[in-house]
Amino acid sequence: MTLPRSAQASSDAKARSTARRSLARDLRHLLLFALRRLVGLLFTVLVGVYLTIVIANMGGKVDELRLVQIRSDVSEMVRADPAFQDMPAEERNTLIARQVGLEVERLRLDEPFLLRSFDYLQRAMRLDLGRAEQMHSDSGSRQVYDLIVERLPATLLLFGSANLLVFFTSVFAALYLSRRYGGAVDRSIIALAPSSAAPGWFYGIFLILFFAFLVPLLPAGGMVSVPPPEGRLAYAASVLRHMLLPLAAMFLSSIFISIYSWRTFFLIHSSEDYVEMARAKGLPSKLIERRYILRPTLSPIITSFLLMLIGLWSGAIILEQVFNWPGLGSLLFQAIGHRDTPVIIGGVVIFAYLLAATVFFLDILYALLDPRVRIEGGKQ
Amino acid sequence: MIIERLRAGWVELRRYPSALMGLGIIAGLLMLALYTVIAIPYPQALEAWRGGEAWRMHPVNAEPLWLDRLKGGDAPSTLIIEHDAEEVEETMFTGGRRLRIPLAFDFGYADFPGEMNLFLRAEDHAEAPFARLSWLTPDGRDISLGGHRLQPRHRVSISQDRELTRRLGGLAPHIGLFADPASDAVPEVLPGRYRLVLDVVVFDEQADIDATLVVYGRVHGIAGTDHQRRELSLALMWGTPVALAFGLIAAVGTTLTTLVIAAMGVWYRGWVDALIQRLTEVNMILPLLPILVMVGTLYSTSIWLMLGVVVVLGIFSAGIKTYRAMLLPIREAPYIEAARAYGASDMRIVLRYMIPRILPVLIPTFVTLIPTFVFLEASLAVLGLGDPVLPTWGKVLNDAQTQSALYNGYTYWVVAPALLLMLTGLGFAMLGFAMDRVFNPRLRNL
Repeated sequence: MTLPRSAQASSDAKARSTARRSLARDLRHLLLFALRRLVGLLFTVLVGVYLTIVIANMGGKVDELRLVQIRSDVSEMVRADPAFQDMPAEERNTLIARQVGLEVERLRLDEPFLLRSFDYLQRAMRLDLGRAEQMHSDSGSRQVYDLIVERLPATLLLFGSANLLVFFTSVFAALYLSRRYGGAVDRSIIALAPSSAAPGWFYGIFLILFFAFLVPLLPAGGMVSVPPPEGRLAYAASVLRHMLLPLAAMFLSSIFISIYSWRTFFLIHSSEDYVEMARAKGLPSKLIERRYILRPTLSPIITSFLLMLIGLWSGAIILEQVFNWPGLGSLLFQAIGHRDTPVIIGGVVIFAYLLAATVFFLDILYALLDPRVRIEGGKQ
Repeated sequence: MIIERLRAGWVELRRYPSALMGLGIIAGLLMLALYTVIAIPYPQALEAWRGGEAWRMHPVNAEPLWLDRLKGGDAPSTLIIEHDAEEVEETMFTGGRRLRIPLAFDFGYADFPGEMNLFLRAEDHAEAPFARLSWLTPDGRDISLGGHRLQPRHRVSISQDRELTRRLGGLAPHIGLFADPASDAVPEVLPGRYRLVLDVVVFDEQADIDATLVVYGRVHGIAGTDHQRRELSLALMWGTPVALAFGLIAAVGTTLTTLVIAAMGVWYRGWVDALIQRLTEVNMILPLLPILVMVGTLYSTSIWLMLGVVVVLGIFSAGIKTYRAMLLPIREAPYIEAARAYGASDMRIVLRYMIPRILPVLIPTFVTLIPTFVFLEASLAVLGLGDPVLPTWGKVLNDAQTQSALYNGYTYWVVAPALLLMLTGLGFAMLGFAMDRVFNPRLRNL
């Protein structure tokens, strides 16, 4: 009697230890995979940021503009200074030349652009974003970091709520519609889907026309009324009122197409053979939906969710311009207008890092969700 | 086989009213584009849109004529009164002549004109002639508009005459000169025959005077005019071929290459896939619109350069990730294995087995991409980065926005280009969605 029992115990232990070993192996694979991806993504960010630096400096041409600017500034300053009024022309010219030389050396314009571009790169990669050349934050800081941090919450608030709203509304509406395709609601969604061809700012213009000018119910732009109301609750209410129109514009422009494409996607997947099989078995429709439709389609859903989150970070330049929303998009637009390269590069660097983090997260999630991808991913 | 499938598809597509409507809209736009390109050649359109003297006879910010009549208004159109050589009375005196040039016209509109200008040409005169202007109303009043020593090309901006405004009791001249003196609080138009008489003293035996009075209307043509007196219809018409070409080239250029590249990456795996993935990630890190804005501000806002950048950046777009997610399970499908077993080549599997499988799902994406790019062009223009010389819908919108058209009540200025943009978007989207239901074999039975 004891013998079989101990044999069973030993086989149990063996099974447990093999399970543990395979888990450890899986973990090791995953870790290796994660490391490899991390290095790859860092490289990606490096290349992307470098490209941005080259574009934002026009391959070094911005420096020439800056040089001309320095020259004219310095000579203007020297000429205007009464202390140098009676200086002979020659002496004054050497003075100007020396001043220009100092300024050039300070900005390191005497070094070739290639060299400096790598310097910019390593500083950008260390998130040492430097000082803005023209712009400053509302609190007066010239640090690019402060500029970005000041604008980030506005962008996140508006685009986060809009995109989350659109995403969840559309996925759940699509699931609902894919069960009842062909109905009146379904048909009207299909009929309305083409209206999404226009972007948010386009609807924004009309919303402003209707709700801010014709029927002045809501503010035409901005984020909070001027002066900002006292008290946290009143402040939030004011922001909410200002958010309503841009939110509606974004929602209008993407909800129908979003529902439509998710509906199509679910319909295609709910006509797979294994779903038919599950239906033939008589499984409840909730279970079919969860286990047979949602589970295999999870990776595309998560992909698009995360891609949507990435889209968030950059904001939307035009929508922010149209609604005068003080977010990252309008910051970037102003920076480009001022040719303020540190701010442009800073914005792109932040974007690049956030994107890389999202992609990394996506890869790990894939590896966990899809065994096929995990095995292939490990092989790569 | 493809042609047969298309033909069968067309037979089925005809059953969808939305598809026919979409096709109708697209055909209409194509015809408009074709007509525009033939009727107003490219260099001529650019020259005209540059603005300037050529438009001096056009009113500023005039509404479309039909819109005003539809609203039941009776706003005046522009009247151009050329001087008639036969009506000129000429008296000679030593050393010169006296000319009396009447410019008469009937004014019967219920609304006042928008502005008044007198254009005079006195070329080849030895000494500058002198002109005295007087305004004769239908009820016989005679209002002096002052005297002018004439330059060879002279322009009398009657509406800008401050002194005259003061004499008319604070009414702008183009209102005061037409107002019924009996109306008190709100000025009303006195209909009838008005005359502007020029008494010119010419110090020359032969040289002549040429006078044109322009009474600018408040309505003009089918699309109205903008702040630079340009006809909006020109930009609205030329915007059509530009928008269609931009949208089509960009959509075709990006979708097909992206799809093929994604499929190749999934099929070949290994370093091909890795390279494509890395390139895509690098490209995803570069945000499209800021890059376009940067290219626009730093280099050139030429629409063709923008198109090139859009296509190049669009090849390794985020779409690759989505396609890859769709293609990865397909790669493992048994029918691919079957194809491999019978010895199909790699390219055949990619092009004939993998891509057609997801193509149906992509049809709405592709067709709705066309208007996306049309709107992208408009977006750039709204940001002030439109093509510097080409008249496009987006530039009209941008002009309207910078001139605060909505605030000033020039709704037509915003609505017309917006409507055309919307029409283009709807046309392609409606066709695309119907095509989706026809060409998508998995949706057909649903």
